[in-house]
Amino acid sequence: MAASLVEVHIRINGSSTTTEVEPRQLLVQHLREDHHLRGTHVGCDTSNCGACTVLLDGKAVKSCTVLAVQADGREVETVESLAAPDGTLNQLQEGFRFEHGLQCGFCTPGMLMACTSLLANNPDPSELEIRQSLEGNLCRCTGYEMIVRSVRWAAEHRAGREGEK
Amino acid sequence: MSVLGTSVRRIEDPRLLRGEGQYVDSLTDPLLDGSVRAHFVRSFLAHGQILGIDTSEALSMPGVTAVFTSADVDLVPAAPGGAGAPESMARPWLPAERVRFVGEPVAMVLAETSAQAADAAEMVFVDVDPLDPVVGIVAGLSDETLLFPAAGTNRNSRMDGGWDRFGPDRADDDSPLFEGCDLVVRRTIINQRLAGVSIEGRASAAVFLDGHLTQWISSQHAHGARSQIARAHGLSEEQLRVIVGDVGGGFGPKINPSPEDVLVGWAAGKVGRPVRWAETRSENLTSQSQGRAQLQHVAIGGTRDGRVLAFELDIRQDSGAYPLLGSSLPFFTRRMAGGPYDIERIRTRAESVVTNTVPIEAYRGAGRPEATAAIERAMDLFALEIDMDPAEVRRRNLIPAFDEPFKTDSGAVYDCGDFDSALRAVLAASDYEDWREKQRFRRENQWRRVLGVGVCTYVEITGSGPATEFARVVVTAGDDGSVTAELFTGASPHGQGLHTALAMIASETLGIPIGQIRVSHGDTSTVPSGGGTMGSRSLQMGGSAIRGAARDVLAMAKQAAAEELEAPIDDIEVCEDPPGLFRADTPERIVPWARILELASDAGLTESDTALPTLSVEDVYSTDGATYPFGAHVAVVEVDLDTGEVVLLKLFAGDDAGRILNPMLAEGQRHGGIAQGVSQALFESVLYDDQGNPITSTLADYAVPSAADLPDWDLVAMETPTPMNPLGAKGIGESGTIGSTPAVQSAVVDAVSHLGIDHMDMPLTSFRVWSALADPRSDISRKG
Ligand code: FES
Ligand code: FES
Repeated sequence: MAASLVEVHIRINGSSTTTEVEPRQLLVQHLREDHHLRGTHVGCDTSNCGACTVLLDGKAVKSCTVLAVQADGREVETVESLAAPDGTLNQLQEGFRFEHGLQCGFCTPGMLMACTSLLANNPDPSELEIRQSLEGNLCRCTGYEMIVRSVRWAAEHRAGREGEK
Repeated sequence: MSVLGTSVRRIEDPRLLRGEGQYVDSLTDPLLDGSVRAHFVRSFLAHGQILGIDTSEALSMPGVTAVFTSADVDLVPAAPGGAGAPESMARPWLPAERVRFVGEPVAMVLAETSAQAADAAEMVFVDVDPLDPVVGIVAGLSDETLLFPAAGTNRNSRMDGGWDRFGPDRADDDSPLFEGCDLVVRRTIINQRLAGVSIEGRASAAVFLDGHLTQWISSQHAHGARSQIARAHGLSEEQLRVIVGDVGGGFGPKINPSPEDVLVGWAAGKVGRPVRWAETRSENLTSQSQGRAQLQHVAIGGTRDGRVLAFELDIRQDSGAYPLLGSSLPFFTRRMAGGPYDIERIRTRAESVVTNTVPIEAYRGAGRPEATAAIERAMDLFALEIDMDPAEVRRRNLIPAFDEPFKTDSGAVYDCGDFDSALRAVLAASDYEDWREKQRFRRENQWRRVLGVGVCTYVEITGSGPATEFARVVVTAGDDGSVTAELFTGASPHGQGLHTALAMIASETLGIPIGQIRVSHGDTSTVPSGGGTMGSRSLQMGGSAIRGAARDVLAMAKQAAAEELEAPIDDIEVCEDPPGLFRADTPERIVPWARILELASDAGLTESDTALPTLSVEDVYSTDGATYPFGAHVAVVEVDLDTGEVVLLKLFAGDDAGRILNPMLAEGQRHGGIAQGVSQALFESVLYDDQGNPITSTLADYAVPSAADLPDWDLVAMETPTPMNPLGAKGIGESGTIGSTPAVQSAVVDAVSHLGIDHMDMPLTSFRVWSALADPRSDISRKG
């Protein structure tokens, strides 16, 4: 049904892209299938799990609730954008590694993007604020406490505050 | 300093944190280029006769490659999965005559894209003549409607429903069970049906080339999948390669491959193209195997001074639509019936029954949480009846500390334990008496938000033996004088951090830094056999195997280096920095691994077919028996008497899993386990309406807790090494789940016990608690 394809221009992880998509295609499918960015996961079909969380113009969204066409002309960042090009982990990723904030790792990309957005808005969140802001991201493995600690670690170790812990 | 016992950070993490996890649906293997996508058409009725399936319209939809029904499937029929279930109850790959649960796959659509496959699946018309649905254990037992008329009954397991006369060894004891008891308390308890809900659902990808099938599968057990899939295809195990990469959570339902997984491989052969499948969450919640689902009758008898003399446990297990692993789970429940208590007389019986619901298999704990929940509820009821503190009643009945095997009257042989110390440690850590004081204060002052305190002591089974596990340790020199080790294990981790744990063990033995050790699992082309990851077995089995193989490599290395070091083998020691060997009395002269490998090569000890000198040893570790972790949990809850709302304030957990290899990993396992256990007590329940329609088929309906729903956990440390394996380790994957559920349930009941309530079934949602408060004698808390 090529006639119904729509051209979208999305800046993804800093690169401009132009793709023809089906109008019904979800952003998460667009990222995974058309751009092979397989780090963004799908864990549900009712927008509950948050495994698909990405940043859209800097704000955390569940990419399974956004159509690819809605991202036209906008900027998307995925988990693949977090580490340096040589693979060095950023502060938040280090926090998850240091505080054992992941087990199977399937929820992790979504958690990281939700936490990126949280820390951008609130660089020093309390444990309660972290728990509340992650309400839309389910993890079946960790029991959450170590995720909360991971975010605290990142907050305490962010650039310029090294060595406080 | 030894690396063992330290919190080494995980070697698994960097990849996963960069979003590079190799989950089945994320694979980019070129073998899978040109794949078609599978989508299953599922039954919308719980029970019915299939009159016909019309695939013609679906076949004409865009992108569709094939539509298959049972008429096309030429796989070898599967045997029934439950021990001793009748042949007629075997599950078909796709049903030909009857559908038996909503969500059961009835046809398979292959198309170029997932969206096209899903669209076409909508156009497959399944004509079904409805039959009466059998929903719930009681309906199943009535045999009014049969799921398998040929079997003549819905009962399906070898367990014949007869009592073992007290314990298995007391068949000829003719005294009455409750002889000498001042009182006997009886109760019916529901251990509700739960869903595993790994965040990654089931997924498979397969390619059939030249009579060889390669299948990637999201599984807890690569080699189990290989044998089951090979059997279905009539292939030899050599014609089948199973690859398990990263797995996004298991929790039990991914132990066995599902019919959908098997059909993916089969379809790849039929259409001559690779096939990929990943289920949606609503498919997952209506067709992946589920867990628990027991109806239990307990009776506990003892003396007024708090001594329990006899316990009876009568189990009715819901098998779901087909008897699979779940039909056999009461075996573990019966074995563990007496828990950590020294009870003179225990008798149990069990029956499993098919119903028109999702089949039951293992879910975190698998048969043991059900046992703990039953005996712990019984202890509480007994305590309430004789008006004694529940912690005190437990203390009076615990098996005293033992380091020689202890056999219970229900037939378990515990390896070693110190249950009383565990309980005392957790009571102290929790300020138990202080909470009791606060509870009294609130009650006396008529607070509307009351406090409840729950206590659980438990013992469980891990690493069930007799069993074996495979390991291979390969040490290779680089051109540049470096050394690397590669470890192969038959365990199949999916989040436990086993790669890190195994690397620690090998590093400790060989002195090779963890950063130079790689771990592989789950590919049957490089790992010949394996027991997978289930029943909290991986570290004790896989770790012991790696330890054995690494020690054999070390022995070869010492042999090779002995001459150069001018030392008898017993005087040679391992150096970590730089990695190598030295003579005990000349620590400044180190022979590095690169040199050792050269020497080993000269001595003919190395592999002959590798470019660089390589020492390689395979080992199969075996064990005779299981290990029995134990512990105690205390939960504190606040209950709102006006709304029934429950808030979990505190959960104190002492989980003794023997020697701890990596405290950080152990903590993670406990946290995750506790969260799932708490969630059974407070939130989760798979529900069906009276027509067998699932009403918890999405994550909007099935209550998986978020970070906002749970508190921090208070862990109490305890280590009693087991003599059962060289690591001294017991399993830690399920303890948290087993201990926390009864503690939390107990705490909620305790909060309202002064109002005449002595039991409420789980999950203790505000509605259920409010209903019980509204009418303490009603059995509304039992429904669902
Ligand atoms: S996939 Fe679950 S919220 Fe998007
Ligand atoms: S780490 Fe497995 S779901 Fe979060």
